[in-house]
Amino acid sequence: MLRPFTLHRPATAEAACALLAELGEDAAVYAGGTELLLLMKLGLLRPRHLVDIKRIGELSDITDGPRLAIGAAVTHRTVERSPLVQTRCPLVGSVACHVANVRVRNVGTVGGNLAFADPHSDLATLFLTLDAVVELVSPRGRRELPLAEFVRGPWETTRSADELLVSVRLAPWPRESAAAYVKFGVHERPTLAVAVMLSLDVGRAAGGEGRIVGARLAVGCVGPRPIRVPAAEAALTGASPATVEEAARAAGDAAAAVIDAADDLYGSADYKRDMVAVFVRRAVRIAAARARGVEPAEQFPHAVVA
Amino acid sequence: MKLQVIVNGRAHELEIDAHALLLDVLRDGLGLKGAKRSCDAQVCGACTVLVDGLAVSACTYLAIEADGREVLTVEGLAEGESLHPLQRAFIDAGAVQCGFCTSGMLLTARAMLAENARPTRADVLHYLRGSLCRCTGYRKIVDAVMAVAETPR
Repeated sequence: MLRPFTLHRPATAEAACALLAELGEDAAVYAGGTELLLLMKLGLLRPRHLVDIKRIGELSDITDGPRLAIGAAVTHRTVERSPLVQTRCPLVGSVACHVANVRVRNVGTVGGNLAFADPHSDLATLFLTLDAVVELVSPRGRRELPLAEFVRGPWETTRSADELLVSVRLAPWPRESAAAYVKFGVHERPTLAVAVMLSLDVGRAAGGEGRIVGARLAVGCVGPRPIRVPAAEAALTGASPATVEEAARAAGDAAAAVIDAADDLYGSADYKRDMVAVFVRRAVRIAAARARGVEPAEQFPHAVVA
Repeated sequence: MKLQVIVNGRAHELEIDAHALLLDVLRDGLGLKGAKRSCDAQVCGACTVLVDGLAVSACTYLAIEADGREVLTVEGLAEGESLHPLQRAFIDAGAVQCGFCTSGMLLTARAMLAENARPTRADVLHYLRGSLCRCTGYRKIVDAVMAVAETPR
């Protein structure tokens, strides 16, 4: 059962912000409701006003540009089936089709996922490797900030009460690159997730050696928020196919050393650190195999490879 | 608020609260008890109904979102006494035991077949992820869905 509330349906982002400014803490932004309504049913959130943002046109678009912009009210299902996403950021589409279950994907939105900042979010982890930037609008105007600065901690963002998340903008997929996303867990939400993107020298096509010239690696679900791991990225950079196994091991160890794991329902902190080392190695191996044009057939119990 | 919705092919106009959940409107307002409240958290699939063909968890979906749309519940699958091919296949395959998950399984399978008429077993398992059955072990459910998918129409 839900407690009574008033439903507002503004047609523009500006009107939504005006409502949020006026209603203050009594209001919650509402899109798919897959996170919000759950907490309201439990009585953990008791907003007296819901501001439905699904009628705001610009929030429902996926648009191409220097960066691929995904509107905050775009559902996971739309991302999963978008030819534009498939062309520009193929891994984003394949991760989207593994978010929760089909019912949640049909209704839940990208913006809701990011703004809720559940530490077990698939998208935030993945988007960190795409140098994601979020666009926010408020009565004071628009601003952009890196996703890493937007997600502050568990269920906490730097969005102020009268701000609305408009879109997330993803950096272009490097031309010579290979990537992988691996998540693991036995609960509805993942226990851990690793996203890795490797940029390669022009080797492959030009008959070169396929050396890693840049790496972006993010680990999520195990700490209060997803993080990039610069030490792991440094360990991978410069590796050749002959040395990538060693580099993967070093990257795994580096990630395990920096995550801020806690004991919880998903496992002990020690267990999570061990598993992060294991799954970083696996994710790097998969990406490295893809760099050679090979799709690894190996499957891991309770893990999803995207 | 005024809700205008077509449920199982029949138009309804109802006066509802903004905070009414679709599951309660279907079960208590319209007497359609096929969708079940179970986990109440979008995890199990027992409350699955289709809104404009898309599977949703009616337990966590505001009824007002169905305004101007078409809702299909398990009660709308059969045509009179004639079972839907999925219902027939579930019986033939032994895919029903206690039956609590069945309405959600049927509707989810229907949504999948509308999108992908020739699924693989892996496709079916992927689509049914989040539709929980504690009796059958899923094999017979997948058998039933594959039987319908492989039947020429």
